[in-house]
Amino acid sequence: MLALEDGRVFRGEGFGALTEMTGEVVFNTAMTGYQEVLSDPSYCGQILTFTYPLIGNYGVNADDMESERLRAQGLVCRDVCDTPSNYRSQGTLPDLLLEHGVPGITGVDTRALVRHLRERGTMRACLSTTRTEPDALIDLARSSPRMEGLALADVVTCVEPYWWNDTGPSEGEAVADRAKPLCVVFDFGVKYNILRRLRAEGFRVRVVPARTSVRDVLALGPDGVLLSNGPGDPEPLDFAIAAAREVAHAVPTLGICLGHQLLGLAFGARTSKFRFGHRGANHPVIDRRTGVVEVSSQNHGFMVDAETLPPGQFDLTHFSANDGTLEGMVHRTLPVLSCQYHPEAAPGPHDSRHWFRAFSKSVAARSGKKLVPLQVGAPR
Amino acid sequence: MPKRTDVKKILVLGAGPIVIGQACEFDYSGTQGCRALKQLGYEVVLHNSNPATIMTDPEFADRTYIEPLLPEFVERIIEKEKPDALLPTLGGQTALNLAVALSHSGVLAKHRVELIGASLEAIETAEDRDLFKQCMEKEGLLLPRSGYATSVADAVALGEQLGYPLVIRSSFTLGGQGSGIVRDRRALREAVRIGIAASPNGSIMIEECLVGWKEFELEVMRDRMDNVVIVCSIENFDPMGVHTGDSITVAPAQTLTDRCYQEMRDASLRIIRAIKIEAGGCNIQFGVHPDTGEMRIIEMNPRVSRSSALASKATGFPIAKIAAMLAVGLTLDEIPNDITRKTPACFEPSLDYCVVKIPRWAFEKFRRADRLLGTKMKSVGEVMAIGRTMPEAILKGWRSLEMGGDLLPGAASPEQLEELKMSLREPHPDRLRDLFRALAAGEAPSDLSVLTGIDPWFLNQMRRITSFDALLMDAGWDDALVREGKRLGFSDRHLAFRFGMTEPDVRARRKSAGIVPVMKAVDTCGAEFEAETPYFYSTYEEESEVPASTRPRVLILGSGPNRIGQGLEFDYCCVQAALELKSRGYDVLMCNSNPETVSTDYDVSTRLYFEPLTAEDVLNIVDVEQPIGVIVQLGGQTPLKLAKALHAAGVPLLGTPYDGLDLAENRGRFRDLVKELGLSQPESRIASTQEQAIEYAEQLGYPVLVRPSYVLGGRGMRIVYTRIELDDWLAREALVSEDEPVLIDKFLEGALEVDVDAVADGESVMLGAVMEHIEEAGVHSGDSTCVIPPFTLGDSVVHEVRESTAKLARALGVKGLMNVQFAVRHGEVFVLEANPRASRTVPFVSKAVGVPLARLAARVMVGERLSDIRPPEPDVSMVSVKKPVLPFSRFPGEDALLGPEMKSTGEVMGRDLDFGRALAKAHLGSGEPLPHAGNVCLSLRDDDKRAITFMAMKLVELGYGLVATRGTARFLKRNGIAVREVFKVHEGRPHVVDLMENGEIQLVLNTPLGRASEYDEKAIRERAVALGIPVITTVAGAIAAVSGMEALTRGPLGVTALQEAL
Repeated sequence: MLALEDGRVFRGEGFGALTEMTGEVVFNTAMTGYQEVLSDPSYCGQILTFTYPLIGNYGVNADDMESERLRAQGLVCRDVCDTPSNYRSQGTLPDLLLEHGVPGITGVDTRALVRHLRERGTMRACLSTTRTEPDALIDLARSSPRMEGLALADVVTCVEPYWWNDTGPSEGEAVADRAKPLCVVFDFGVKYNILRRLRAEGFRVRVVPARTSVRDVLALGPDGVLLSNGPGDPEPLDFAIAAAREVAHAVPTLGICLGHQLLGLAFGARTSKFRFGHRGANHPVIDRRTGVVEVSSQNHGFMVDAETLPPGQFDLTHFSANDGTLEGMVHRTLPVLSCQYHPEAAPGPHDSRHWFRAFSKSVAARSGKKLVPLQVGAPR
Repeated sequence: MPKRTDVKKILVLGAGPIVIGQACEFDYSGTQGCRALKQLGYEVVLHNSNPATIMTDPEFADRTYIEPLLPEFVERIIEKEKPDALLPTLGGQTALNLAVALSHSGVLAKHRVELIGASLEAIETAEDRDLFKQCMEKEGLLLPRSGYATSVADAVALGEQLGYPLVIRSSFTLGGQGSGIVRDRRALREAVRIGIAASPNGSIMIEECLVGWKEFELEVMRDRMDNVVIVCSIENFDPMGVHTGDSITVAPAQTLTDRCYQEMRDASLRIIRAIKIEAGGCNIQFGVHPDTGEMRIIEMNPRVSRSSALASKATGFPIAKIAAMLAVGLTLDEIPNDITRKTPACFEPSLDYCVVKIPRWAFEKFRRADRLLGTKMKSVGEVMAIGRTMPEAILKGWRSLEMGGDLLPGAASPEQLEELKMSLREPHPDRLRDLFRALAAGEAPSDLSVLTGIDPWFLNQMRRITSFDALLMDAGWDDALVREGKRLGFSDRHLAFRFGMTEPDVRARRKSAGIVPVMKAVDTCGAEFEAETPYFYSTYEEESEVPASTRPRVLILGSGPNRIGQGLEFDYCCVQAALELKSRGYDVLMCNSNPETVSTDYDVSTRLYFEPLTAEDVLNIVDVEQPIGVIVQLGGQTPLKLAKALHAAGVPLLGTPYDGLDLAENRGRFRDLVKELGLSQPESRIASTQEQAIEYAEQLGYPVLVRPSYVLGGRGMRIVYTRIELDDWLAREALVSEDEPVLIDKFLEGALEVDVDAVADGESVMLGAVMEHIEEAGVHSGDSTCVIPPFTLGDSVVHEVRESTAKLARALGVKGLMNVQFAVRHGEVFVLEANPRASRTVPFVSKAVGVPLARLAARVMVGERLSDIRPPEPDVSMVSVKKPVLPFSRFPGEDALLGPEMKSTGEVMGRDLDFGRALAKAHLGSGEPLPHAGNVCLSLRDDDKRAITFMAMKLVELGYGLVATRGTARFLKRNGIAVREVFKVHEGRPHVVDLMENGEIQLVLNTPLGRASEYDEKAIRERAVALGIPVITTVAGAIAAVSGMEALTRGPLGVTALQEAL
């Protein structure tokens, strides 16, 4: 049973872990990529529902994890599949949820839930696969923390720094990589595909915990720094905002999602929370400089308020074609790129890989090191 | 970028008559395109030969030309209208081929007409497999390995190299005609011979066979700013090897990980850019190896297609409309999403339901045709169903087919199972049913997947259905169980069957238990934004979304899947009525299950319900909407069959009252009525045993017309001349019983047939037109060529026909449309049938005489009187000829003979100032042009020889040569007519068929001689169909053809727009 803080209750059939979880309920409109979404650390603290009703059709596999574990608090869907079929499949989604201690319910009128969230805004909820007592669960939902003001980077960041090589995380670094430029990634809940894209652009990739000091980072001699995506409200992350300000003035910097919000805050803007956010793989973003539209993967509940950015610093380049939200900006004098959505996709279209290319270009221009992309990205 | 202003007048090409592989989806796309262009302020000139289409109604274009879709006619229209641009991407392969021909001939350049939507280069690169392959290889994309052949010898050499099985494809054809899979050298030789003949450029491609690979399609759109979106992904239930038109398909793709899907999306973006579709849409097909994920590009169509119509209905994203807007320079971000109104069209729709499309075939009409499915499309229609789960969508689709799918087939017995497993190896039309039966018998999805190549995911979803059904078998009514069953998509009828209840009882009981469906909206965005123009489907969940409204509501029932005898013509009527009533302040609710149609475009009605047309599903809508009434008379037999159940459930029917419908349908009651009105009818009997049938036939005297009691499109109908033929028919066609009696009518040999379409309001009657058929009575009205105004009937007969129609309309209490068929023999008028409903000819009549019959009928049905409406007088200053188009070339082995069972798939209209020219145009439009010169082959039965003498003289006079087999030749010679005598097929060589093969015969007039020479005649007709030589099988048709040929000698045919005042 899913109980919302406003008292509405949705019944379904439980699967996955037998437990109870609270969190903010959000919906995602992507029709593929449930495993990537569930393992995206940005969903930490959130109970996830998919608008697409059939979830689990193609099973799960080790390669589609976007972090080392499932990160969503729980999963609400209309029709979960326990007989998947795909040549890449290594197991079923319900089994994966069970393994990671995540509860799920199926058989829910998810469209009614989504409409409810659309009208009333995202809200706290309690998902239980053990109890069907609405009042108790509603109370639990109401007593859980609100997303506003919630700092979650510490929950999801890595404990120790690590290298990302061509196959995944590793403690050591391949000797062959030494000649490549180095990108240090502040891990506020980074998605693996960001690291894969950096590798594909020709970077050595070093991931460091969220609270690593800028001094320590600069000591690594980075050619570029990436401020990663991550869960929660950016505003309480004082340490990260300060770090963002400092690195942006020191080395080429790319901020993605939470990283973008941190850059916004670092340069004097304010951030605010949407009623229900942008989560999906079909969001049109228009580049106002060229009129070109890209279909993007998005997951953000907070945004940088464009009008609060002190003028003269950033070119505001990318906007949501749906509602005009600021989706991307480029600093006028510093090599700083800031993207609110997810150029690494996973799941979603590859239209936005140009952010990584722009980043590698600015690194190359600055460091003089030539980047050799591993593969040709999407056309355009 | 704003719309272009250098273009003002645009010529839009339609797709012509409905044929297998190119059906009413192009009326849907063309209608959308025309509406969009008109709304943008362009002057639209439309050219299409198909009168049944909605797009050819005069209101959808500024100038509408119902003329043959041939280069010379397009050129004449261009000369006359001087358009700035030509948009060929909405009219299927026909329009695309025309555009290519007109570009090559220099006509477009000469008249400075710009090709928009797709450039010549794009069309040619996409359509020429060689160019396409080169282009894809340059992009690093893989196609199946292949090669080209222009001769059988080339082909065989290539075949050895690539290894069998192989796929044969010919370029520039629709619905995969001339294509097929071959497994050995012999089959290859045969297929290559046919393929080369079918290919306009005489070459075919032979390629690696991907049979068994998974098949996917993506619908892609690109604007001139190079923005690209994927509108929809489609996954085929049937693996590669079955033409996508014959495959069950689902949307969105179900079994692709995001990684694989994005790989496909990336490839699509590269393809649409590489092919240089600058502003428009395309459909791209992919094959994916089930075990390795290897991907191959199969093909791309640089135009809207059947799949894009399906994708539009599946997502709510109107591809054709947007394609038209892109073609005139708008960009995706400038075009609003109609459904949300607030967000732009440059996004990718997100579905929160799943969609299943199931084809419907007509093999019951083509019994000699090969039932195996392959790369050549054979289905005549399709249904789409929307559900929140796959089982629900499958079961809704299954019952939408209207082939008894509201009951699940039972489990196969062990012996049957073995047989089923054999037949499941090859794809055939009943595969879905057989899979249900095998699964119900306990066969494992994984095993069935090995047999069929169908992904186990689909079979597991089907097993959820059969497993639940097994539970039902041992259970009695239980609310929780019933709720679960309804959520899985089970029909009330099936539950009734399992619980031993009646369907109305199940309905009542479940309603009292609160187990009722909710209506959910299709909104393109998974509920992320509020929907303004939603359309709906039912499902068993919590929240219903139908908005409250205060306007009176009218529910119009559509005609379901296209089939032979019920198609576009009825959709035309439904759409016209919907538009009319909407404009008069009604909330119009449309219910239909056919994704190809205009009626299922979400902006035709106020609210669209994409639902099966069964009593249960319609009553659900009635419960939710509480309409003032339901219109059942516009969608053909489908809604009419529901009238009884709706009436019994207390639902008001708009228009002709239920009793009137019954009076016309019930043979006995109708016979009495005709007698009472003092009209004549061929004598008839109803037999409920075989013996009775024989006895009655003797009483009436042969020939008699026999048919099963409930027929559509003359199914199973036959004229029998002898006792032997009757025995044969009884044995093959009819299970005679009390419940299913056989109707036996005296057949009026040599009678003329006349059709009338009229509108009545209970008192006054307005006749649309009296149509005279060229073929004599006995040929199904849907298959006969008919003419407005009558060209041989005397005034007194026409008067009597009018009077009789009026009498019948009043007696039946007709409110709305009525069609009456008469036979006229020796000046005597007989009533054959009266149908108080829309007929197939309503759109033809409406266009021929300029009176919108369906719109008038709609107004009458909601209570207006004809005397108040004051409709315009029918205008018969031009002659209009409707000619059927037959699908025989798709079914080798099938006899191309016309009879009482309807076989045509579509029709064209020829329109001109005199009969000869109108007929010549109809022939040109139907793809069976009357020859300008050459030889006519005559093969006639004795009775017809006299009638033909005059005609033969006329042909000689016009400069044609005559060829005839012995009997006919001698007869003609005796009458002093020069004729070349040739052998019949069994007499020696060169025989008739040899001459045909050699191109020495341009037209065949063959009236059947009966059983004796059946073999010979069949051979002639079959070869003629294969070679594209027109065949005429009736004397009346022959006489008419001669006047058409005479018209051709009088100089070129002109073109006239419907809007032109004469």
